[in-house]
Amino acid sequence: MIKQIGFFVEIVKGSLITARHFWVNLFLHILNLFHIKTKRKGAATIQYPDVRQPIAYRHRSMHRLMKHENGKPRCVVCMLCVTVCPSECIYVEAAEDPDPEIQKYPSQFIIDLNRCCFCGFCVEACPEDAIRMDTDEIELARYDKEELVFDLDKLLG
Amino acid sequence: MMWFLILALYLTWLERKESAVMQDRIGANRANIFGFRIIGIFQPFADAIKMFFKEDFTPNFSKKFLHNLAPFLSFYFVLVTIATIPFAGDLKIGEKVIKLQVLDLNIGILFVLAMLSLSVYGVILSGWASNSRWTLLGGLRGAAQLVSYEVALGLSLVGLVMIYPTLKFSAIVESQGVLLFGFLPKWGVVLQPLGFIIFFMAAIAESERVPFDLPEAESEIVGFFTEYSGLKWGLYMFTDFMKVLIIGCLLTTLFFGGYQVPWLAADGFHFPWGGEWLMSNGLVVALQVLIFNLKVFFFCWLQILIRWTYPRFRYDQLMDFGWKFLVPLCLINIAITGIIMSIIK
Repeated sequence: MIKQIGFFVEIVKGSLITARHFWVNLFLHILNLFHIKTKRKGAATIQYPDVRQPIAYRHRSMHRLMKHENGKPRCVVCMLCVTVCPSECIYVEAAEDPDPEIQKYPSQFIIDLNRCCFCGFCVEACPEDAIRMDTDEIELARYDKEELVFDLDKLLG
Repeated sequence: MMWFLILALYLTWLERKESAVMQDRIGANRANIFGFRIIGIFQPFADAIKMFFKEDFTPNFSKKFLHNLAPFLSFYFVLVTIATIPFAGDLKIGEKVIKLQVLDLNIGILFVLAMLSLSVYGVILSGWASNSRWTLLGGLRGAAQLVSYEVALGLSLVGLVMIYPTLKFSAIVESQGVLLFGFLPKWGVVLQPLGFIIFFMAAIAESERVPFDLPEAESEIVGFFTEYSGLKWGLYMFTDFMKVLIIGCLLTTLFFGGYQVPWLAADGFHFPWGGEWLMSNGLVVALQVLIFNLKVFFFCWLQILIRWTYPRFRYDQLMDFGWKFLVPLCLINIAITGIIMSIIK
């Protein structure tokens, strides 16, 4: 019986904690409503589409292909990214380049974001620094699946 | 009546906001009219409009007539109880005296208890008529829960009825306007603290919300209204909030003096320390309506707080709680009340 009364006290204490949170946060909200700055905000959440947090430096976001100074893609079609990709979402097709120094350039470079898991292995594997994932583009939802298949032109941006 | 419906509508908003503020969030604030948000105050209307345009789906395997009847049954029985609640004293306009209470029944308390119990029929019926496993589980749980709290709910009020020997709400509220020892308002909670606690716990069980939401049980069986959609589901949700409101009204009326303001008589304030502040009848009634609403609001707030703080009782724990804890406590309460009353006499 005494144990049960102890439980009851703890239950009441629990509700006092939530009630304290309520009143403190309500007070802070009211202060903020009248544009009085407080040390702590009433809510720990961020109003996402209006307010955004800065994206971390190492965050892996939408891919992009890098270019040479003359505007040609840096990619030499070594197929390392295609090999390493765990979700097999990259498709590369080679074409012959007249320049003997380069020899090959991609005529097609398709990343299927329907399958991509954003592991970043392609970036790690690339010997030419031709692909990066630093566009900070994170809102990639589309209405059509076809729109999520990105080709060479889109990736070169 | 309309006022209570609007209040119930806004309880949905209050619940979302309060739970959000409790958990350091902001809550629904996107609904707007012409870009005016005003902390999401239009959210209930947005919800209602959404509900109107949803498909009203009746599954093939359900018993059609009962399936359609159940939500209305549930809603109706909860709605009629509101008529018996007095929300202010007599309003005098010239010679006419208007009672601010829709239905002044002699058996007010019994009526409300009976109707609240009947509303559980809606739960059981929907569980049965939907003809699916989860709803049946939910409905039967509702029945089992009814058995375990209803006795305590009724017995906890016996002490109160012994003190104010009447079942009439208006008479109960009037006798709570008297002062005890010259300064303390003679509210039910002062005379019956144990009865208040028992009634409060049983009433939360009655409202079928979280610490006792066995019929619904969002995390396991999703409850008796699994097969409902659109406006009928909305009716169940509305019944839920209506019940919260009614329990707030009952607690206010029975234990916290209803519309009585401490030391306020029909002609103004009479303070126990000698001061007087006379007011006209209209002003007194307005004050009483205001204070009644404030009290009800407070109890709604308290119930939402409880709903968002505690986890759910297990099935057998609720049974134990009802039969082994609340009912004996009720009997003790009745015995103590009887002894004290016979001593005072």
